[in-house]
Amino acid sequence: MANKVKAIILTGNGTNCEMEMAHACKLAGADRYDIVHLSELLFGEKRLADYNFLNLPGGFLDGDDLGSAKAGANRFLHAPIAGADEMLIEELLKFIAAGGLILGVCNGFQLMVKLGLLPALDQNFTTQSATLTFNDSGRFEDRWVYLRADAQSPCVFTQALDTVYYPVRHGEGKFVAADDATLAEMERKNLIAFRYCTADGSATMDYPANPNGSTQAIAGICNESGRLFGLMPHPEAFLHRTNHPRWTREPLPEEGQGLAIFKNAVAFIRGSNF
Amino acid sequence: MADRIEVGFQESIRDALGEKTKKRIADNLGLPVVDVATIEVYTVAGGLSAGELRRAAEGPLSDPVIQKIAINQPLAKNFDWLIEVGFRPGVTDNVGKTAREAITLLLGDSAGDRKISVYTSRQYLISGPISRTDAENIASGLLANDLIERHQVVSRAEFDFESGMPAHVPQVTDKDDPQVAEINLTRLDAAALLKISQEKLLALNLEEMQAIAAYFADPAVVKARRKFGLDENTTDVELECLAQTWSEHCKHKIFNSRIEYSDGRTKKTINSLFKTYIKGSTAKIRKAKGRKDFCLSVFVDNAGVIKFNDDHNLVFKVETHNSPSALDPYGGALTGIVGVNRDPFGTGLGAKLIFNTDVFCFASPFHKKKLPPRILHPRRIYEGVREGVEHGGNKSGIPTVNGSIVFDERYLGKPLVYCGTAGIMPATINGKPSHTKEIYPGDVIIMTGGRIGKDGIHGATFSSEELHEGSPVTAVQIGDPITQKKMTDFLLKARDRGLYRAITDNGAGGLSSSIGEMATYSGGCDIDLSLAPLKYAGLQPWEILVSEAQERMSLAVDPKKVGKFLELARKMGVEATVLGKFTKSGRFHVRYGEKTVACLDMDFLHDGVPQMKLSARWKAPKHPEPRFAPPANLGRALIAMLSRLNICSKESVVRQYDHEVQGGSVVKPLVGVENDGPSDAGIVRPVLDSMEGVVVAHGICPRLSDLDAYSMTACAIDEAVRNAVAVGVDLDHLAGLDNFCWCDPVKSAKTPDGDYKLAQLVRSNMAIYDYTTAYGVPCISGKDSMKNDYSIGKTKISVPPTLLYSVIGKISDVRKAVTMDAKRPEDLVYLLGETRDELGGSEWFAAHGAIGNKVPQVDAKKAMKLYRALSKAIQAGLVASCHDCSDGGLAVALAETAFAGGLGLTVHLKKVLYRGKKRDDYILFSESASRFVVTVRPQDKAKFEKILAGQAAREIGSVTGDGLLQINGLSGKTVIREKIGRLKDAWQKPLNF
Repeated sequence: MANKVKAIILTGNGTNCEMEMAHACKLAGADRYDIVHLSELLFGEKRLADYNFLNLPGGFLDGDDLGSAKAGANRFLHAPIAGADEMLIEELLKFIAAGGLILGVCNGFQLMVKLGLLPALDQNFTTQSATLTFNDSGRFEDRWVYLRADAQSPCVFTQALDTVYYPVRHGEGKFVAADDATLAEMERKNLIAFRYCTADGSATMDYPANPNGSTQAIAGICNESGRLFGLMPHPEAFLHRTNHPRWTREPLPEEGQGLAIFKNAVAFIRGSNF
Repeated sequence: MADRIEVGFQESIRDALGEKTKKRIADNLGLPVVDVATIEVYTVAGGLSAGELRRAAEGPLSDPVIQKIAINQPLAKNFDWLIEVGFRPGVTDNVGKTAREAITLLLGDSAGDRKISVYTSRQYLISGPISRTDAENIASGLLANDLIERHQVVSRAEFDFESGMPAHVPQVTDKDDPQVAEINLTRLDAAALLKISQEKLLALNLEEMQAIAAYFADPAVVKARRKFGLDENTTDVELECLAQTWSEHCKHKIFNSRIEYSDGRTKKTINSLFKTYIKGSTAKIRKAKGRKDFCLSVFVDNAGVIKFNDDHNLVFKVETHNSPSALDPYGGALTGIVGVNRDPFGTGLGAKLIFNTDVFCFASPFHKKKLPPRILHPRRIYEGVREGVEHGGNKSGIPTVNGSIVFDERYLGKPLVYCGTAGIMPATINGKPSHTKEIYPGDVIIMTGGRIGKDGIHGATFSSEELHEGSPVTAVQIGDPITQKKMTDFLLKARDRGLYRAITDNGAGGLSSSIGEMATYSGGCDIDLSLAPLKYAGLQPWEILVSEAQERMSLAVDPKKVGKFLELARKMGVEATVLGKFTKSGRFHVRYGEKTVACLDMDFLHDGVPQMKLSARWKAPKHPEPRFAPPANLGRALIAMLSRLNICSKESVVRQYDHEVQGGSVVKPLVGVENDGPSDAGIVRPVLDSMEGVVVAHGICPRLSDLDAYSMTACAIDEAVRNAVAVGVDLDHLAGLDNFCWCDPVKSAKTPDGDYKLAQLVRSNMAIYDYTTAYGVPCISGKDSMKNDYSIGKTKISVPPTLLYSVIGKISDVRKAVTMDAKRPEDLVYLLGETRDELGGSEWFAAHGAIGNKVPQVDAKKAMKLYRALSKAIQAGLVASCHDCSDGGLAVALAETAFAGGLGLTVHLKKVLYRGKKRDDYILFSESASRFVVTVRPQDKAKFEKILAGQAAREIGSVTGDGLLQINGLSGKTVIREKIGRLKDAWQKPLNF
């Protein structure tokens, strides 16, 4: 019997894309798609262990006041769970060890990188080895971008995708690795699941197709297992053709291209051994 | 004792903020700066050990991959000038607050009971051959706002490279010493009463002061007061509470005044503009709609409520935040947006917020003349306001879907910052209608969200005056979107669990206003100000009552549910405090501890303000008629028009606002083949399972006030409605909001032409009545801001009377929506609506330094028929593109349609339905109302023309694939032939910074 897909969309302290992310999980066929406030985890009212697909939505955790998702990552690392003699981070690491999927979008991606969940080359999920910093333009921008998926990537979420079109909406999306070795290793292992590209699919460093000046046009990365994935663009913002900026002038299928990411996650969980 | 943690970028990492600052210095001040680097400084008080400081610095405060840190020593190395900017004591420091929370969490139990606080500042390291005066100019003219921030300028020679800048803690050092001052008003003469009003910034006039004095002289009142330990003296708490409740801002005294109006021919007495024209028109429209009336709650709550469908209601409000934005553009605008968020949020049982709108009126950012005292450069206002709304909207997760920027030199004295927010709520919540409020005596008063400080004291009274020398600094607040977001997350949960009975926001007037208004539902209240959570010590009781500190909601909670409410607040990390209870005593009763500090009869508080009696005299102005020959090169003229500030692209601002969060974006502000054409209206789907959409649009035409505020208003309403029609709104499901921003219309020594300005206001209201009823678009809420003047020394600057008319409506199926970009070659181009030589107040005349006299007339009956026909054609899928003609007229609409679609157009002016002087330039640039440029597929021509039969609709040309805008004049000769790329460049360039 296929596994149940139990998606949790974690919210609170400044997230703001939880509704559309839950909607994406629902459309993709998840059996559960619970929007859970972080305080419910911290008070032990909900447990990560009851889910197998963790969604970290976009937003501004704590206003991104100390740098994007920095204060949010600090909370994940140091917040205890009331009455459970366990820290939140321990629960998160158990979730990863159990094979759960994690998808971080925008601020969720920033959170994953700053916690160390990505790229986590040495399987150390709590040491930061890359970052997402201020766009070269020095400004927040909302614009649609083309992305090319790496066909060789182990990423669960981008399987069978080629070129897609999603919006970015961020001020701190420029990917920077701690060193060249990290970058080379990511490349060797095909962890760079998405790159900014031109409409014809070639990766680009040119603004605005590459909206932030990201190293090697990196838009999204996964870990080696492919189960942890983060990206700056917003797939959950393109679930229906009317989300597309040119839907009134281009023939488009009813379903938006963003849904594929969530469908891949759902299909993977259904077919895997949890 | 405090410690400094400095965080800067590693050598190889790009400092985007530094680069941006360098560019701003070059653009705004023209100074030859070679390099700017930035360093974030955290000043930490609370006695952290060296190890703890290091953990904080290496942990939450820095990014190890790209940053470096230093503790109690400087990072600064190479620079000529160092400028450090930090907040003044008591100013909201959002980053400092987050840092404190992060450090406290990091230390966990080891933090003990140490009181940790963090203050942030930023260093700018500037290299370049500039003088100290230049550096000072950069600091005070660009980087720091001296009202709320302090700055230090240090040269390389002066800098201590060993220990850096000394730690500075901008703490409020006042001690708690609650005092209540009393004053006996009952025996004072007129001069003395007025002096008190002026000195205490009460903004009350003589009649109002006398009404207050008379109340306290009433023996029955005094007798009742004695039971509470009070007498005929007025406490400062009472005086401030009355001044706030009776302020123009809260009471709309001008709108409710009795006006003798004459226009030379007729005279009439108007008993309240608000009741007569605004409420009056809505009542008439609702009656006419009968069973199709969609209004649910109008003019009674913080925002208007209409039906969306059987399951959901829509809530909409637009506010202004002009005076604070003049003093501190960033904080003022940020507070404007997060402030208006709380209006729909505090309406009925509370709504989830679905979009923001913003309309700004500024002087030219390229203003070259000398600035009068206390006025910030318009470029600085532009950038500050833009950034404030960016942070307020984006961080709150609310898409900004519609707006505009209007330029006129008279906004130099006060910019106008309109911010709107809509929300959605289930039609019923726990079995109760969501759009009504009820409060029972005995319900507990709870304040939740942020704490109270001195920020925003006198905001309500201050905005009821012109900007003057003594305008208070404390009137400025800085919003904190994340504190608000946490609070709204919590309250929506509490709402759905039925944990509170009623909710309202704390905006202008603070607790005095929110609890004062809520108490009218039960018939009284009893609160204890000593329970209120404060940001710092030293607030007096009256300050606690009227402080406009942000991010606070007031609630009425069933006593049985208080425990659960407070428990949920605690778990979700939101502060909530019981302040008292609602009663049916008929009194607004305020204590500090056990001592009564205010006790006012509710009737007097809310209904005791005397009605103002004003006179209004209308005399139509006469301007010189411009005399200029039609230009020989109309192509060049069009290019110049496209570059005018009121016409050019606002893309750089739009892009910096998240316009698609929440996932329901349908028609974005930027559309077309390259995602950069100007949309007429916004559409979102608030319920993601459904294809029903919400349409939002607006109209604003302040230049026409120079001719007649009646026409200005008619044109604004028409523009709002036609923008909504252009994208496909259901015309029978459209509601409006009126936001008046006027210059002082009360005749006085300061305002000798007050009766003319008031006549403009009367005429504007008459137009509201005439046109909303004609279109069947009722006002459901609105606001007025009546003192948009600047007056210091001999300089007086008054804004042009400005009405923003916003509309919110429904589209049943968003897949029928239409955008403004031409879609494909061969499509036919139509002009809908009649063009007349109405160039009075037009951009074309303004380009020739003239106003003219012939103002656009709106024929609402004809327009409505046209709009219905067009809507039907859109519903039938026969319209490929539709764009409204507004500033710059037909020529600009054609150019935008063409370049947004990446296509050419060929158009013949001979075919335009036109009445007036036969001039190509007049036809091209007339701003006659109720017109659209529409493109239609050739195969739909017959069906389209059938639906439009009998309307002023003419086929005037076709779409081409050659990328040229070609316009043939009345003579048949080509008068414009321009590449669309060139037109688009001209349109995109001016504000691309």
